[in-house]
Amino acid sequence: MSTTETDVVARTRAEPREHPSRRPDSSDCQQDRSAREVHPAPDRYRNAIGKYKIDRLASCISCGRCAEVCPQGVHVKPGGYAFTVRPHDYQCVGPECARTDRFCVALCPQKALSLRRNPSAECMGDPRWSSDLILATWHEAATGHEPPPHLECRHGASGGGFDKLRFKFEVEDPERPAQVPAAEIDTGLDLNHRQDGRPQVHIDIPIYGGGMSFGSVSIHTILAKARAASAWNSFTCTGEGGYPDRLKPYDDHVITQVATGLFGVREETIQRVRMVEFKYAQGAKPGLGGHLLGDKNTPPVARMREAVAGNALFSPFPFHSVYSVEDHKKHLDWIKEVNPRCLVSVKVSTPTDVDMVAVGSYYAGAHIIHLDGSYGGTGAAPDIAKKNIAMPIEFAIPKVHKFLLAEGIRDAVTLICSGGIRTPHDVLKAVALGADGAVIGTAEMVALGCVRCACCESGRGCPRGIASTDPELMMQMSLEWATQRLVNLHNAWREQMVDVLSRLRMKSIRELRGRSDLLCYLSDEPDLAEEVSR
Amino acid sequence: MPDRYHIHAVPTPARFRRVGKFGNVDWREDCSRCSNCVKLRCTYDVYRQESAHDHDPAAPLQTLNGCKACLSCVQGCTKGLLGVSVNPEFLDMGDAYWKPDILLTTWNQSDAGKIPVSGAGYRGRFHGPGFDSIWTDMSEIVRPTRDGIHGREYISTSVDIGARPLRLEFDSGGRLLTEPARLLEIQLPAILDMPAWQVQDSHLAEARAMAAKELCSLAVMTAADAAALPPERLPFVVPVMNGDDILESRALLHAVRMAELPDGPEVAKLASDMRSVNPELTVAVRLVLRPTAADRAAELARAGMKILHLCADQHGCERPGNGKPGRHVKDVLREVHVRLVKDGLRDTVTLIAGGGIALAEHMAKAIICGADLVSVDTALLVALGCRVCRDGHAMCSDGRCPVEIGSVDSAYAAQRMVNLMSAWHSQLIEVLGAAGIREVRRLRGEVGRAMFLEDLEKDAFGDIARVAQSRVGA
Repeated sequence: MSTTETDVVARTRAEPREHPSRRPDSSDCQQDRSAREVHPAPDRYRNAIGKYKIDRLASCISCGRCAEVCPQGVHVKPGGYAFTVRPHDYQCVGPECARTDRFCVALCPQKALSLRRNPSAECMGDPRWSSDLILATWHEAATGHEPPPHLECRHGASGGGFDKLRFKFEVEDPERPAQVPAAEIDTGLDLNHRQDGRPQVHIDIPIYGGGMSFGSVSIHTILAKARAASAWNSFTCTGEGGYPDRLKPYDDHVITQVATGLFGVREETIQRVRMVEFKYAQGAKPGLGGHLLGDKNTPPVARMREAVAGNALFSPFPFHSVYSVEDHKKHLDWIKEVNPRCLVSVKVSTPTDVDMVAVGSYYAGAHIIHLDGSYGGTGAAPDIAKKNIAMPIEFAIPKVHKFLLAEGIRDAVTLICSGGIRTPHDVLKAVALGADGAVIGTAEMVALGCVRCACCESGRGCPRGIASTDPELMMQMSLEWATQRLVNLHNAWREQMVDVLSRLRMKSIRELRGRSDLLCYLSDEPDLAEEVSR
Repeated sequence: MPDRYHIHAVPTPARFRRVGKFGNVDWREDCSRCSNCVKLRCTYDVYRQESAHDHDPAAPLQTLNGCKACLSCVQGCTKGLLGVSVNPEFLDMGDAYWKPDILLTTWNQSDAGKIPVSGAGYRGRFHGPGFDSIWTDMSEIVRPTRDGIHGREYISTSVDIGARPLRLEFDSGGRLLTEPARLLEIQLPAILDMPAWQVQDSHLAEARAMAAKELCSLAVMTAADAAALPPERLPFVVPVMNGDDILESRALLHAVRMAELPDGPEVAKLASDMRSVNPELTVAVRLVLRPTAADRAAELARAGMKILHLCADQHGCERPGNGKPGRHVKDVLREVHVRLVKDGLRDTVTLIAGGGIALAEHMAKAIICGADLVSVDTALLVALGCRVCRDGHAMCSDGRCPVEIGSVDSAYAAQRMVNLMSAWHSQLIEVLGAAGIREVRRLRGEVGRAMFLEDLEKDAFGDIARVAQSRVGA
């Protein structure tokens, strides 16, 4: 089964696609499927933020010259109006425009315009998620396409890992044209390689959504992720917070998570889905378990988790019934027995012996080994854990990939990575390092308007209404808008992945797996420059 | 059953408004006074708090920088007039090592002793020099306790200072020849050291002594400062002696359990002199980290010195003395540790690492690199509000300190130090818990439970071609 451009067509709710693997008793709910259509989904706030700021002085005479020359639509003077409206400076491409003959600042007869970097935009950047990267992701979510060149959308500024890796052609031949027609390129993945009689599960893009529990994020966020997953024939994950009834129409695209607290885990929720995820550890807080702060444990959250509202809820670390690979297998067998048609994913963090852990999980019966690197997202984690415990995913992928190859079991298991996958280029680099696909989390939150202010855990939760169960805050975002943003994001990511694969002369993302020979590492040492050419 | 070690953190607000990271709100003209930003948009009520603060005659003069940069007001402003920026005063604090973010998190931890918790993922650079190129290990299955790291079972952070006999020796008559072990057990693998630069210190020395008592740790100070303290504080004090003041300080040497001597050719003899005054005294050598540290450490260990306090500069680097940048303390520690192991001396000495210990993870990583415990110096000043001003610390001595550390009350300062160490202690337990280790003693030199950048890069990217960064721009 393959996924090509021709498949990327609208599938409306009226045309739910039946999965051949579905058993009549698997879900008692009519399945819903959102449309895989790109529509504009502009910023939900009154004032969109751009990289640049255009200031207009009082000496402006509203002559409209700027509106005439600007190709980006920054300046608008509506017909019949005497004044130009406030500049839509979020559309401005910045100093690059000065090289053209349509630069408003130079052409203003009153010299009333000036251009500067937007200080508000710089507030939301950090080395891992640079301001450009956030703005680029917003653009992808708003338009469904790759951002303009003034926004660096490929990598952040962390100075290591993915940000130091490039495909060789990016360095040697940045203008290399596409070699394979986009329509012939397949970005889909089969997830079951065990040949164990369980159904095949195919996803049309090599990414799916990471676990975010009801409680850590709003129901709108959860549903938007599920609907986008249904549109793109991929998955989202419940996290460890129970299975809200409103997710039932998307059962076929939901992974239900079994984590150490077992919050909301019931046999009927396991039986409902095509994939179950065992969470042993989370990359952002490896070895520390989960923690839902009391403020976010609202009555609906508490009901879902069968807990007392207002109390902080801890998921202990680790599974207290697992001391060995044999115990681990017992867990997986339990799930497989409860749901004979599901695949089982095992989510682990990245310790020094992550390769051994992966092999152990394979022998325990896992279909998918999900590595969650240490720079991944979280709703709340001690800062010391985010930075210092366990290795970043860039180091873990090749370690595990090579070990599985040496064991002769690489083709019998699906290797999925997460924890710091911010862009489609990160996905491709991860695949080139040895992964099959990736799980994303923060990127989806950014698409919904997250500025990474890191306040998910405090008080009422996210001030942007994404990671909050506060009834007032969560209503800032409509479900329709959020769904469209994520559908657009996936489209933009797929387009970029297809572009790179095409330039690599590949017809399928599966050809890229383990091709680290296509990568190069940016070194601070100048004398290594000739190695590539040799 | 002995009491469980617990640090009593007490909320102790800072004396001055902290320099916040955001909140330099640009409020351009033409505001319609709709109050949208104040009443609706700001989830954290920062506008109201700013207003209350500005109208409070008793409030400090500094701006209240409580903005969290969620940008809700900027994006929701009816007329698009608001802008937020990073506070330039914030960026101007500290230096290349003591970065503004380190100062801010230290202040926050000193307020109430809570560990920093935040949402979203890691926000910093992929790696950095020194301790930022080490990751500690975790275990998917092994756990140190059955009921969580804060449960009923105990993760020990106590360490021993002093010589532990490797074996017992008896004479032919069966009489014990081995001297009894003189071990100082402290409950936290950190002692409180003197500031790295000249500060009006006598009241801070008293604060350190008070904090050390609460923490069951030790406070290092000059002999003069120690002599001025009340006797009940002296068991938690480590005076730094020099050769001349030993005889005049007999009373002090009798009252303390440990003392330090600066390294020098006469150090073994001076230590012997001090022990002749107080045979129970534990004597440490304060050794400035230089490129020859490993040789000197082995030499001192052979000469019978049982405790070596290795002091890097305030940026955690050795002092090569030739104008070149020195190695980071993590590298020097590994060299010293391995050298002592190879010479069969490691278990005869206690290594204390100091200088550049700025965050809780530095404590854990220094121990992984080979130290038994660390000494904390500059971080204690930061706990009191210090901004590590860049002008060569001249402001400290001439009374221009922006947070008036010279006038801080000792008890207040002690509580802030206790709070900081409480937060560090909790974070150390997080690291130990994640690694499945039940006592910090077992972390010493455990490089197998850590990951070093150079090893990881070699394993993961060793077969990937290297290209100069300059070929693709910055």
